[in-house]
Amino acid sequence: MAKVWVILEAQDQKIKKVSYEMIGLAKQLGDVEAVLLGSGVSSLAQEAGEYGVSKVFVADCAELKDYTTAKYTRVLADLIQKKKPEIVLVANTSQGRDFAPRVAQRIGAGQISDVMDYQEGQFIRPVYSGKAFFKVSPCACPAIVTVRPNVFPAAEKCGGSCLVEEVAASFSADDLKAIVKEVVKQVSSRPELTEANIIVSGGRGMKGPENFAILEEMADVLGAAVGASRAAVDSGWRHHSFQVGQTGKTVSPSLYIACGISGAIQHLAGMGSSKVIVAINKDPEANIFKVADYGIVGDLFEVVPMLTAEFKKLLS
Amino acid sequence: MKIAVLIKQTFDTEAKIVVKEGKVDPSGVNVIINPYDEFAIEEALRIKEKVGGEVVVFSAGSDKVTESLRKALAMGADRAVRVELDGVAVDEGVVAEALAKAVGEGNFDLVLTGWLAIDDRSAQVGVRVAEILNLSQINMVTQLELADGKLTGSREIEGGMEVVEVPLPALITAQRGLNEPRYPSMKGIMQAKKKELKVVNASDLNISAQPKVEVKDVFLPKAKEAGKIYKDDMADAVSALVKALREEAKVI
Ligand SMILES: Cc1cc2nc3c(=O)[nH]c(=O)nc-3n(C[C@H](O)[C@H](O)[C@H](O)COP(=O)(O)OP(=O)(O)OC[C@H]3O[C@@H](n4cnc5c(N)ncnc54)[C@H](O)[C@@H]3O)c2cc1C
Ligand SMILES: Cc1cc2nc3c(=O)[nH]c(=O)nc-3n(C[C@H](O)[C@H](O)[C@H](O)COP(=O)(O)OP(=O)(O)OC[C@H]3O[C@@H](n4cnc5c(N)ncnc54)[C@H](O)[C@@H]3O)c2cc1C
Repeated sequence: MAKVWVILEAQDQKIKKVSYEMIGLAKQLGDVEAVLLGSGVSSLAQEAGEYGVSKVFVADCAELKDYTTAKYTRVLADLIQKKKPEIVLVANTSQGRDFAPRVAQRIGAGQISDVMDYQEGQFIRPVYSGKAFFKVSPCACPAIVTVRPNVFPAAEKCGGSCLVEEVAASFSADDLKAIVKEVVKQVSSRPELTEANIIVSGGRGMKGPENFAILEEMADVLGAAVGASRAAVDSGWRHHSFQVGQTGKTVSPSLYIACGISGAIQHLAGMGSSKVIVAINKDPEANIFKVADYGIVGDLFEVVPMLTAEFKKLLS
Repeated sequence: MKIAVLIKQTFDTEAKIVVKEGKVDPSGVNVIINPYDEFAIEEALRIKEKVGGEVVVFSAGSDKVTESLRKALAMGADRAVRVELDGVAVDEGVVAEALAKAVGEGNFDLVLTGWLAIDDRSAQVGVRVAEILNLSQINMVTQLELADGKLTGSREIEGGMEVVEVPLPALITAQRGLNEPRYPSMKGIMQAKKKELKVVNASDLNISAQPKVEVKDVFLPKAKEAGKIYKDDMADAVSALVKALREEAKVI
């Protein structure tokens, strides 16, 4: 059986959900081992064992407290070259997509990016903004595969334990040239856009920044994140980190509620892979209805508060 | 400052995708400079306007990409280099090596690229070039400052922002938010016609990489079935929708 590695991603001393999704995929591919990098993370390694990982390599040292491209690349490239896994799964997150191609290049590997499905030995990834898909397979070992969050079902807890092997990390002066000056966390009670299960999004139809309050209220009832179209971002109503679309975030929640968004092709590029799409728009001809699973033709200022009230009844 | 900018020509964002003989058919499609690469060009021009120097744009592709290189020259880049890949079997690693070899001869202080090409979407080439040329990188940058030979870039991370400092020489990949790209002026368009546009053949670059991944097939997504659209009575519509989301779609 192929040796498949999952590069676990942790944040604030917690293994992120996407890591379990990668373990789920890895089990379809072969024998699963995992790698964990960070500072003070050793205690998390055993957790992976409960999900069917046989061994976890842990590089735990002060230098790995702050993520930088060069440090992660050093540790991972060295380890892959030594242990020779056949496939290495990396989360397609701000971190994963930063180091994966650099590791791939250093070890002379191919990379298959932003994978959303695996069928008959081939990885499926969206191209042309999700208007088409490539079926790709590696023709050399090892291969790096970056995995889109929120798409693969997470591995189930199956008990058991794993071997933990500590990995010594050593860095050259070059590896330590980049310095993280600051990490600014937005204090928000809402989930991050790319990790959210439900997203409520607003467009030009919101008419002004103050009106996003009604979407935030709905979002908080649903435990959802709040997104925006480019028109709303360009109008200065929302920060561009909340933009969904071709030049914004690509999201795959299980439910995407688009309010006052016309459904331009560039917007669909970012949310077309959502499992269920709901559109609220006063224009019955709006393009968003062509991709919506459910929709309401009406004034969002009337519909959204009613919907929030109905959700509240159901969920409280 | 010597600045290299890597630009890819891509399909227009509105383009309809047609698959013919297992490949995406490019005929009749309008092409543009990859939107993220326009941010890279703009940032290079702004830095040059501040500290002086030269901006050179590179694109790997057939004669067709000349149009995009000319546009970059019209925006204000000084020279252009086209890397002809004809006859070379490529994947991301091969394209990156070709570009890195072409760029590598120029002793650049800074290389700017987009973070992702909106057509093939692999988000690899910029980072691979940084590795080949042994440059520090800051990926997906939304704000960039240059002072005392160091670059400080802000990049988005999940739920926040990270500020990273790297010494020059370095490679930056551009994300939306970095700037608003300018349009070429009439004067710029006229001047661009006289600017140098060199062609380098991949076969002269001693590329050692071989493709490591293989695209086996291209397919279009299945057409979606028409959704359930409620109208007229809003109270009925809202309760029908919530019921459907719970009982049928099972997402809440
Ligand atoms: C290179 C490029 C990249 C782009 N990238 C992106 C991207 O990443 N993301 C993105 O979103 N766009 C992107 N765009 C822009 C895109 O083409 C559209 O312009 C944009 O998505 C429109 O936003 P919108 O739907 O909010 O606004 P509009 O198209 O103006 O639609 C507003 C909608 O609100 C409805 N409405 C108005 N009032 C109400 C009301 N009271 N109740 C209910 N409905 C109402 C209207 O019927 C209309 O359908 C890009 C464009 C280009 C050229
Ligand atoms: C097996 C395989 C076969 C392929 N065959 C062909 C083929 O026959 N013909 C073909 O044209 N393509 C082919 N491609 C596509 C080609 O490999 C990719 O376009 C290329 O690898 C760049 O990847 P990307 O477009 O995903 O760019 P990304 O990695 O997403 O691009 C990131 C940034 O790198 C820079 N960049 C990327 N490409 C270029 C470029 N060409 N010139 C300058 N800067 C660039 C830009 O700044 C861009 O914003 C093939 C790909 C694969 C995997």
